[in-house]
Amino acid sequence: MSKKTRRRIGNALATGASTLIGILFFAPFAWMVSSSFKDISEIYDFPPKFIPQQIKWSNYADAWNALPFDIFFLNSAIVAVATTVGVILTCSLAGYSFARLRYPGRDKIFLAYLATMMIPFPVLMVPLFVIMKNLQLVDTLWSLILPAVFTPAGTFLMRQFILTLPRELEEAARVDGCGFFGIYWRIVLPLMKPVIATLAIFTFLGSWNEFLWPLISISSIDQKTLPLGLTMFQSRLSGRTPWNQVMASATFTIIPVLVLFILGQKYYVKGIVTTGIKG
Amino acid sequence: MSAQRVSGADRPRKFRMTRQARVEARAGYLFLLPNLLGFLIFSLVPIAACLALTFTKWNLILPPAFTGGKNYQQMVSDQLFWKTLGNTAYYTIGAVPIAIFIAFWLALLLNRGMRGVKFFRTIYFLPYVTLTVAIAIVWSWIYNPDLGLINYVVGLFGIDGPDWLQSPTWAMPAIIIMSDWKGIGYPMLIFLAALQGVPEEYYESAKIDGANWLQRVTHVTVPTIAPATFYIIVISFIGAMQGFDQFYVMTKGGPAYATTTIVMYIYQQGFQWFNMGYAATLAVALFLVISLITALMWRVNSRGPSLSAN
Repeated sequence: MSKKTRRRIGNALATGASTLIGILFFAPFAWMVSSSFKDISEIYDFPPKFIPQQIKWSNYADAWNALPFDIFFLNSAIVAVATTVGVILTCSLAGYSFARLRYPGRDKIFLAYLATMMIPFPVLMVPLFVIMKNLQLVDTLWSLILPAVFTPAGTFLMRQFILTLPRELEEAARVDGCGFFGIYWRIVLPLMKPVIATLAIFTFLGSWNEFLWPLISISSIDQKTLPLGLTMFQSRLSGRTPWNQVMASATFTIIPVLVLFILGQKYYVKGIVTTGIKG
Repeated sequence: MSAQRVSGADRPRKFRMTRQARVEARAGYLFLLPNLLGFLIFSLVPIAACLALTFTKWNLILPPAFTGGKNYQQMVSDQLFWKTLGNTAYYTIGAVPIAIFIAFWLALLLNRGMRGVKFFRTIYFLPYVTLTVAIAIVWSWIYNPDLGLINYVVGLFGIDGPDWLQSPTWAMPAIIIMSDWKGIGYPMLIFLAALQGVPEEYYESAKIDGANWLQRVTHVTVPTIAPATFYIIVISFIGAMQGFDQFYVMTKGGPAYATTTIVMYIYQQGFQWFNMGYAATLAVALFLVISLITALMWRVNSRGPSLSAN
């Protein structure tokens, strides 16, 4: 067999295997979507069928109306957007400060940032609840936004990126009489677009998926985010679970993150790869 | 430059900063300030407070009472603590090595450079970005004993599947399978990136030496990507030891505490039973376990010849 045909057979085998594994990875999503369109009687059919006999769009409306999903969506969106904007602002400022400006104590403070990156969240969550209670922010969206805005990890990512930028542009701007804020705003920030995109999509998805801390902090239904709303759906059900509606709600909760991920995949993957290889 | 003059001339210093250096220092502090304030309030203070809380008994209503080392004594003799620690170990050791192993082979498969690599990479990665809560609900349905997909599939092979999530024996394996499905995309991506960095010449020279495919993988690929592998191992272990969402949704820690992990136990002690001091103590224990294991892995990594690239 020539090298070329062997390569071709190998590639065909690899494609076959990848497809098979791909089906395995995709099956739960497909099952979720197909169940979300089934009539309740079909849900209890055995053996289960993948294709619903009739498409019941009304499951989506019923699920949407069973709980205030409009409020959950809005809350999740507010928290995710506010967190993302906040992270980009404070972390890029701090990252620039750590990377470029000299002042006493800088490296010690940076070391403290690095050290706390290793602390697991459960260590923070008990006192965080007490702090939020004292600030009277428990059970408000602020309690979800604020702790996520000042992440050491985001600052670290920004600092590392700024260190790789050439200094010449900044020095030229300084010679031309530009102040430090001007340099940051007009020169550095525009150069940081790729890392900002990475941090933004990371932060947004992380915030959208966050569960443990909202579970602790939020108790009112009108302050709940999507993951909390979903579990409400689950816990108030007893007896014959309307699995078709539950699957419909899971579907419309997941779709925004899937769309966002597919659009920003390049930046997301880049972020994972750089932290993984250099970390 | 229109920077304001810093009137510090009357303050003698050990070494005087030039005017420019003072302006730069002030800018540095100002730029850092917003983030630093938040960092202090929401990271540093809570860490210190967590340590302080471990020496108290506090239910959030009465003022905290100093109890010395009582929480630590209680923890050592708390059967449930050891059980949850054991459950966490079971979950971590069950989930992480399998995920890393499969992720490595998936990355090798995708690294062949065939068509559609990006498509498959996206498919394998999708579960990782989706909400754990939504995914866990879908899998609860898949694991349903009478109507679920899994028992239907194993039924095709003549096996009578268990009531997965209600069985003390099967609940943990069920959650491990789901977690692996969800989490494999992350290590796979890092492996894939690392594989692309292996120089082609390494393989060529191994081929000339007569190494077959498996030998090339074990003697060329594995040692060359060792730093990435080490990173994946550390990150995966740290992440798995903090597993919570899927446990909360799928089993709430049951049946009979079979799937109560340490984070679930911290949550219960703190926010269901309001033993804040004890919850803080458990959190410190988790931190110690994680640090210990991480330190151990660093040591093994710096000594073991098989893991370090040369």
